[in-house]
Amino acid sequence: MKKVYVVIALVIAFTYVFAAEITEVKIGAGWEMTGPIAGFGQMSWDGVKLAMKLRPTVRIGGKDVPVKVVLLDNKGDKAEAANVVKRLIDVEKVVAILGPCTSSCALAAGAIAEQKQVAMVVNTATNPLVTQNRRFIFRACFIDPMQGELLAKFAWENLKSKNVAIMVDVAQDYVVGLANYFKKKFAQLGGKFFEEYYNTGDQDFTAQLTDALSRNPDTIFLPGYYSEIALICKQARELGFKGNFLAGDGADAPELIQIGGKFVEGLFYTTYFHQDADLSPATKPFVEAYVKEYNRRPDAFGALAFDAYNLVLDAIERAQSLDPVAIRDAIAATKDFQGVGGAITFPEGSGDPIKPAVINTVKNGQFTLMTVVRP
Amino acid sequence: MNFAAFLQHLINALSLGGIYALIAIGYTMVYGILRLINFAHGDVFTYGIYLAFYGVVLFLMPWWIAFIFSIFATAFLGALIERIAYKPLRNAPRISALITAIGVSFFLQNFATVVFGGRAKSFNPQTGIYPTSFLAMIEIGAVKIPVLTLLTLSIAIVSMILLMWIVYKTKVGMAMRAISKDIPATRLMGVNADRIITFTFILGSGLAAIGGILWAMKYPQVYPYTGMIPGLKAFIAAVVGGIGSIQGAMVGGFILGVSEIMIVAFVPSLAGYRDAFAYAILLFVLLVKPTGILGVEVSEKV
Repeated sequence: MKKVYVVIALVIAFTYVFAAEITEVKIGAGWEMTGPIAGFGQMSWDGVKLAMKLRPTVRIGGKDVPVKVVLLDNKGDKAEAANVVKRLIDVEKVVAILGPCTSSCALAAGAIAEQKQVAMVVNTATNPLVTQNRRFIFRACFIDPMQGELLAKFAWENLKSKNVAIMVDVAQDYVVGLANYFKKKFAQLGGKFFEEYYNTGDQDFTAQLTDALSRNPDTIFLPGYYSEIALICKQARELGFKGNFLAGDGADAPELIQIGGKFVEGLFYTTYFHQDADLSPATKPFVEAYVKEYNRRPDAFGALAFDAYNLVLDAIERAQSLDPVAIRDAIAATKDFQGVGGAITFPEGSGDPIKPAVINTVKNGQFTLMTVVRP
Repeated sequence: MNFAAFLQHLINALSLGGIYALIAIGYTMVYGILRLINFAHGDVFTYGIYLAFYGVVLFLMPWWIAFIFSIFATAFLGALIERIAYKPLRNAPRISALITAIGVSFFLQNFATVVFGGRAKSFNPQTGIYPTSFLAMIEIGAVKIPVLTLLTLSIAIVSMILLMWIVYKTKVGMAMRAISKDIPATRLMGVNADRIITFTFILGSGLAAIGGILWAMKYPQVYPYTGMIPGLKAFIAAVVGGIGSIQGAMVGGFILGVSEIMIVAFVPSLAGYRDAFAYAILLFVLLVKPTGILGVEVSEKV
């Protein structure tokens, strides 16, 4: 009997020793790596890969512990996004999660992360509902009420729009939300607008556009995602539309220009980042490192994913613990974090930082910075 | 809605319907001969676009050689799928072949994701893939007719006439019709049934490639799931027109194209649900006339 006690004591002692020894910090990432919005996920992952290269370890207990990011593909699908988070937490045992990009996926994924009490930092999901009533969900970007208002003001003051056609993707929470915030402000300013509807993955918009053009809009507002935006711009111009195109952050992918070509020339859109925008002291070094690593211009999705990664690592260092709840508390206490897309401070009890926005335009086949709007 | 807008809607509808018809012919031919719904057909369509794209971008072929190369290579791919996936199941229950077809479809989609990548490739003439003159517009009053639409319509009609000629006027066609009635009996007559079936797949897949290229010119992008929705729509078109009938596929394609556009034209608020509307048409046809508009009642083989 005595032997048994000794064995048990030894086992307990060893478990204790091994538990105290942290050999690796595992962070999960769930992004839209394939599917109709694969560009967003791939750009985000490129940002994280660069961040990992520049900061491969995190300092806990006076030791540099290597960070491992487990990436899973949610295919841009809501159900899949929830599965991905479940798997990251239950099977991979990650201590915090990065991504996804889109609001619909973030809403589905966030429900799981909240329930399992693991912090999730989304890089670019802008719908306000993503973080609402959720303690464990944070974001590195601005939110749509601000973006919608900004776009409405821009349409009214800069584009002098009076009659706007809004193309709404009924399957995306982000699109419906952004369209609503735009409408609210634009109506307040005295503008007129009407809506046309489509569904993610649609490729033919000629019917909606023929109908819209018969009502003579001066601007078409496209709060959707880049591949639909590119196709809509092409078909609208072919049907004889001469006015302006205006879009939100969903337009921000190189595919917009590759697919849309000359048809997206002159499109205006709001987003989080442009390499020429001076958003924080961290912006310039990031742009240089990015260009050196990938030999192309950095994008908004990669920039904010880069920020999300560093935000989580900072929180782990402050928490000095791998307990997901302690990490969550440390993230919530983030103050004046110098991200490459602007400083991040989470207001008391909220996962939404107040951040600047940039307005870009497509000029000579390049995304060109027009102006930075600070809150 | 004024008359010009209505005409514009009609042109849009014909242009969409023409492509549906081209894809639907592939479904209907395979179904007619094997009683197999080839769910991989939409993905064969995707590969047609990818092959044309890489023909120009990677192998630096002139666009017209790349397009012809794509049509032949896709036809070969169709034949390959038939040989590897469907031929071993010739005598298996029909449901096994159907499930295999779904499996082939998943395989092709995921293979494309791994090999070509998940991000959309641009099929834009500005990248030099094909001359911009394909995107020209003919303007008659307020109505704009894309040259591409005229091209699509003429290709659809020419291929239909050609196929009818093959099926009803040639020996191969006679063998095809015989196989659709009874494979063992056709074999007894000394016809190499497997070769004829492969030939059917070659024709169907070649047409899918043509449809794919026209589609990508109209909607200039390609990603691994490009063919999924057009494939499903074409399947619906084939069923609506009467699966197994070539004219039926044509009629079904245009019916679907016209109704999809017109539902948006007349009830714009329902535009987000136009896919659902296509499925509703499918359900309606299956309930009211399961053989489709031009389909003939076939007695079940025992």
